Amino acid sequence: MEVLKELRKSLLLALWFVVLTFPIMVIRVNTITDTIEWRWERAILMAVGSFVGSFLWKFLLARQEARKSRQTAKGSSEASDDGASAQKSLTERLLARLGWTRDTLREKKVAIPALAILGAIVIVFPFVTSIYQSNIMISALIYVILALGLNVVLGLGNMLHLGFAAFYAIGAYTYGLLNHYFGVGFWIALPLGAAASAIAGILLAIPVLRLRGDYLAIVTLAFGEIIRLLLVNLSGITMGPSGVKSISRPGLFGLDLSYTQAITYTYFICLALVIFTVFIVHRLENSRIGRQLVAMGEDDIAARAMGVNTSRAKLTAFALGAVWAGIAGVLFAAKTTFINPDSFKVWDSVLILCMVVLGGMASIPGVIAGALILILLPEYLRVFSDYRLLIFGAVLVIMMVFRPGGMIPKRRKAYKLRPEELQGSAAVPVGGGEGDAP
Amino acid sequence: MRFRNMLMIALALFLVGGFAFAAAEGEAETIKIGVAGPHSGDLAPYGLPTINAAELVAEKVNAAGGVLGLQIELIIEDDTCVPEVAANTAAKLVSDGVVAVIGHVCSGATNAAMPIYVESDILAISPSATNPSLRDFPNFFRTIGADDAQGPAQVDYVVDELGMTKIAILHDKGDYGKGLADFALAALAKRGIEPVLFDGITVGAVDYSAIINRVAAEGAEIVLWGGYHPEASKLVDQMRSRGLDIAFMGADGIYGDAIIDLAGDAAEGVYASGPSIAAGPIAEEYRALHVAKYGAEPGQFFMQGVSAMLALVNAIETAGSTDYDALISALRSETVDTPYGSIGFDAMGDATGVGFSVFQVQNQTYVPVQ
Amino acid sequence: MDFEFFVNLLFSGLTRGSIYALLALGYTMVYGIVKLINFAHGEVYMIGAFTTLIMVSVLTILNLPILAIAVIAALVAIVWSAGYGYTLDKIAYKPLREAPRLSALISAIGMSLFLQNYVRLAQTSDFLPFPRFLPTVRFLDNYDGLSSSQFIIFTTTTVVMVILTIFIKFTRVGKSMRAAAQDRMMATLTGVNVNKTISVTFLIGSVTAAIGGILISAHVGQINFYIGFLAGIKAFVAAVLGGIGSIPGAVLGSFVLGLTESFGAGYISSDYEDVFAFIILVLILIFRPSGILGKPAAQKV
Repeated sequence: MEVLKELRKSLLLALWFVVLTFPIMVIRVNTITDTIEWRWERAILMAVGSFVGSFLWKFLLARQEARKSRQTAKGSSEASDDGASAQKSLTERLLARLGWTRDTLREKKVAIPALAILGAIVIVFPFVTSIYQSNIMISALIYVILALGLNVVLGLGNMLHLGFAAFYAIGAYTYGLLNHYFGVGFWIALPLGAAASAIAGILLAIPVLRLRGDYLAIVTLAFGEIIRLLLVNLSGITMGPSGVKSISRPGLFGLDLSYTQAITYTYFICLALVIFTVFIVHRLENSRIGRQLVAMGEDDIAARAMGVNTSRAKLTAFALGAVWAGIAGVLFAAKTTFINPDSFKVWDSVLILCMVVLGGMASIPGVIAGALILILLPEYLRVFSDYRLLIFGAVLVIMMVFRPGGMIPKRRKAYKLRPEELQGSAAVPVGGGEGDAP
Repeated sequence: MRFRNMLMIALALFLVGGFAFAAAEGEAETIKIGVAGPHSGDLAPYGLPTINAAELVAEKVNAAGGVLGLQIELIIEDDTCVPEVAANTAAKLVSDGVVAVIGHVCSGATNAAMPIYVESDILAISPSATNPSLRDFPNFFRTIGADDAQGPAQVDYVVDELGMTKIAILHDKGDYGKGLADFALAALAKRGIEPVLFDGITVGAVDYSAIINRVAAEGAEIVLWGGYHPEASKLVDQMRSRGLDIAFMGADGIYGDAIIDLAGDAAEGVYASGPSIAAGPIAEEYRALHVAKYGAEPGQFFMQGVSAMLALVNAIETAGSTDYDALISALRSETVDTPYGSIGFDAMGDATGVGFSVFQVQNQTYVPVQ
Repeated sequence: MDFEFFVNLLFSGLTRGSIYALLALGYTMVYGIVKLINFAHGEVYMIGAFTTLIMVSVLTILNLPILAIAVIAALVAIVWSAGYGYTLDKIAYKPLREAPRLSALISAIGMSLFLQNYVRLAQTSDFLPFPRFLPTVRFLDNYDGLSSSQFIIFTTTTVVMVILTIFIKFTRVGKSMRAAAQDRMMATLTGVNVNKTISVTFLIGSVTAAIGGILISAHVGQINFYIGFLAGIKAFVAAVLGGIGSIPGAVLGSFVLGLTESFGAGYISSDYEDVFAFIILVLILIFRPSGILGKPAAQKV
C-alpha cells in the first residue's frame, strides 16, 4: 500500500510538472513561417525526469530526516540545540569511512606527512598541468581571498553585505590606474590597494552603523552600484567602460618572464597570499576583536551590554574585510592585465556571497571549499557548455536544501558542564553542534 | 591546530578539481580553430550567431576535403563577455592547441584575451569587436569597421545629407556604445557643433520616458545612438508612442532585422550606419544554409563571423601551413571573397573593403540611402 | 525648462514607480511572511511575460479575435505563473524554513539562475517582440506627455494595491497572513495553517508578478530571459526603501525611487540616474533605518 501511494504521488507530481512546464518547454512558435512547433518529446522527457527525480528527492529528504532524528535522539544528552545543524560534518563522515576520527588527523604522524604530500602537489601543480589549469586556479585562489574577506563581515559579524565587489574594484583600479598613469609596480600597489579599499570600507561603515539585516544589505548593494557607476562615468580618470588595459604583470627583480612563467609566478604569489590570509583570518577569529564580532553578530544588544563597542567592531569588520578584497583586486588586475567596470556588477557580489554561505559561514575550510567549487565548477562544466548555468543554479538549490549549514559547517567551541563535574566547576570542551544565530 | 586539518580537506578538493580534467586530450590530426564569445548570459544573442557561422563554414570546407588536407575542428568556448572569464577562455584555447581564434565578440573581453594570444603566437579575427584600441595588438584582425571610422561617417551623413545640427547623443554606458558616442562627439567637435545633449542611459531599464522628455525639451532633431538594438527599439518605440518624430540613428549595433522585429512600425525611418551590405551570392548562400540548418534567420554578427572564418581558411590555404607569421602575412596580403565582397586586412588588422553605408528602415527593411 | 517639462518628468517618474511597485508588492508580501528575499520573484515575472507571448502567438495562429486572445493569454499566464511561484516555494524554500536565513537566500539565487537558463534553453536567448495589446488612445487632448500604456500601468498598480490592502486587512486569509508574519509559532497555536498561508502568499505574489510581466512587457514591447533579474533588483530596492513587509510602503518606495530617477535624469544627467536613486536610498535609510513606512523593529533582548 505504501509503495502504491508513493507511486501515485510521484505520478501526480510528474503530471504537475508536465502541465507546469508545458507552455515553455513544448510550444515554440516559429515567427518566420508562423507555425507552431509542438515538441512533444520534451513533455515525455519531463514526465520521466520528474517521476524519477521525485523519488530521488524523497529518498534524499528521508535520509536527511532520518539523520536529523537520529541526531536529536542522541543529541538530547549533547549540546546541540539546532536540529538542522547537528548533522555530522562531511569531513567527519569521510574520515569515519576510513575508520578515523578527527583526533587521528591531529596526531603528528598522520598530519605531517599528509600536509607534506598535499603541499608538494600544490607546488608541482602549475608545472604538470596546462596554462589553462593554472589560470583558472589563480582565479579560484583570488576568489578564496575575496571569500575569506567577506567571511569576516558576513561569517563573524553576521552582516549581509551585497556590495563586496566594490572593494574588489577599488583594489583592482588602484593598481590599474597607478600602473597606467605612474607605472607603479605590483608590489608597491599591493599595500596601496589594500589601504584604499580599507578606507572605502570605513567610509561605507560610518553611515550604516545604525542599520541591520536587510537594510544593511540594501545599502551595501547601493554602495557597490555607486562605485561601479562612478567607474563607468568618470571616464576622464578611469577610462570609463572601455577599461584600463596593458597592466603589468607582477615583476620578479626586473626579469623578463614569458607568459607561462608569468602565470606560474602569479600562481605562487596567489598561493602565498592565500596562506597568509588563512593565517591572519584564523588568528582573527580567536582574537579579542573576532570574538567581539561574533558576539555582535549573535546579538547586538547583549554584546553592547557586555561592554563590546559595537560601532568600533563594525568599522573594524568592514575595514578588515575590505583589506582582503583590495588585495584580491590588485591580484586580479595583475592577472588579467585588463580591467573594466563589467567585472564588478551586483552579480559578482552575489557570487562571493554564495561562496561563503555554500561553503559554511565562518568556517575557514568551508569558505575555501566554497570559493574553489564555485569558480572551478563552472569552468569544468564547460563540457556541458549551454547547460552549465542551469546545472550551476540547480546545484546551489540542492546544496542548500540538503546541507543548509554549508558544505563544511562551522563547529563552534562549545563548553558544557557535565553533572558529575558540577562540583568541580571545570568547563570541558566537547564537539557540539554549530549554534546558529537565532 | 584543527584548522590545519580542515585546510588539508580543502586542498584535497582543490586538487581533485585540477586533475580531473587535466587528463582528457584528443589526438586526431585536425586544424583546431577556437570560437570564443558570449554563449550564455544576457549577451548571448551577440555570440551565438558566430558559432553558427563558424560551423557552417567549417562544414562546407570539411565536406570539400578540408584545408591542406586536414579537417577543421572547432573548439567553442564561452567567455560571457566578462574580461576575467575571457582570459581563462583564452588560456583554455591556447592549451587546446588552436591555431587561430574567431572572436572574441565584446571589445572588453577581447582586450583581456589578446595579451594571451600575443604571447602564445595565436591570431584572432573578431567578427564584432569595434574598439579602436585593439589595434595595439599585432595579431588582431577584424571583419567589422572600427568605431572611429563609424562616428565620423554618421556625423557626415547627419550634418551634410540630412542638414540637422541639433543632435542629441545617447549611449548605453557600455564599452561599445560609449566608444561610439565619444567618436561621434569628437567628429561633431571638429565641425564646431556642440550636441544639445550627451548622456548615457541604463541598460535594461523598463521606461525611458524621462530621458526622452529631456531630448524633446532640448529641441533635438535627431538622436545619435551608441549601443545595441534592444535599448534602441525601446527608445524609438517610446518616442513614437509619445508622438515625437525625432529622427533616430544608430550604428552596426542596430543594423539588422532584429530592431525591425522588435520595434515594428516604430522602427520605420530609423537610420543605421553599418557595413556596406551583405547581399552578394555568398551572403545569400550562407543565409540559406543557416535557415536550412537552424530553422531561423541568422542573428547579429553572423555575416561578419562567416567573413572571419572564410578569411582564416583562405589564409591557411595561402600560407600552406598554420605557422603564425605565415598566417599573419597571408591575412595582410590576400583578399578573400566574403558576404561583404572582396575584403583584405591592413597593417592594423582592420578590414579593407568593408565600407560603411547609411541605411534607413523603409517598409520594414533596411535600404541603403547613401 | 518649463512647467510642462516638469509635469512630463513627473509622469515619467510615476510610470517607473508603478512598474517597480507591481514587482515590489510581491517581494514585500513574501518577505513579510517568510523573511526571505525572493530573488526568483523577477523570474516569475519573466515567465509570466513569456507564457503570455507564447499563448498570444498560438492563439493568433488559431485566428481568435484580438480581445479574446489578450484575455485568454493573460489568464493562462497568471495561472501558470502562480503555479511556478507555488512550486518554487515547495522545492527551494519550504525545506529551508528552519534553516539559517542566508541558506534560503542562496537557494533563491540558485533558483533564479536555474529559471533564467531554463527559459533560455527551452525558448531562445534572443530578444522577442512582445505584442502591444494595450490600446493606444489619446485620452488627453493637446497633451502627449502621458501615453495610454503608461496610464494603464499606473491605474493597474493602484487597483492592485487597493485590492491587496483590502484583502490583507479584512479577509480571513489576509488576517492569517498578518498573524503568520508577526509570529509564526503563535499563529500556529491559534489555529492558523501557516504552511497553507505561506503557499497562498506565494500564489498571490506570483499573480502580481505575472500581471506586472504582462503589462510592463506590453509597454516595453520586448522580452528576453534576462529581464527578471534587473527588474527584480530595482523592485527589491524599492521594497526595502518603503519598509520591507509593508504593502503601502512598497508602493511608496517605488514611487520615491521612480521619481528620483526621473528627475535626476531629466534635470541633471541620466548618466547618474542610478547613483541618485541609490544616494536617496542611503539617505532615507540613515534617517529612517527601517524604511519610510517600516515599523522600527522592536529589539528583543
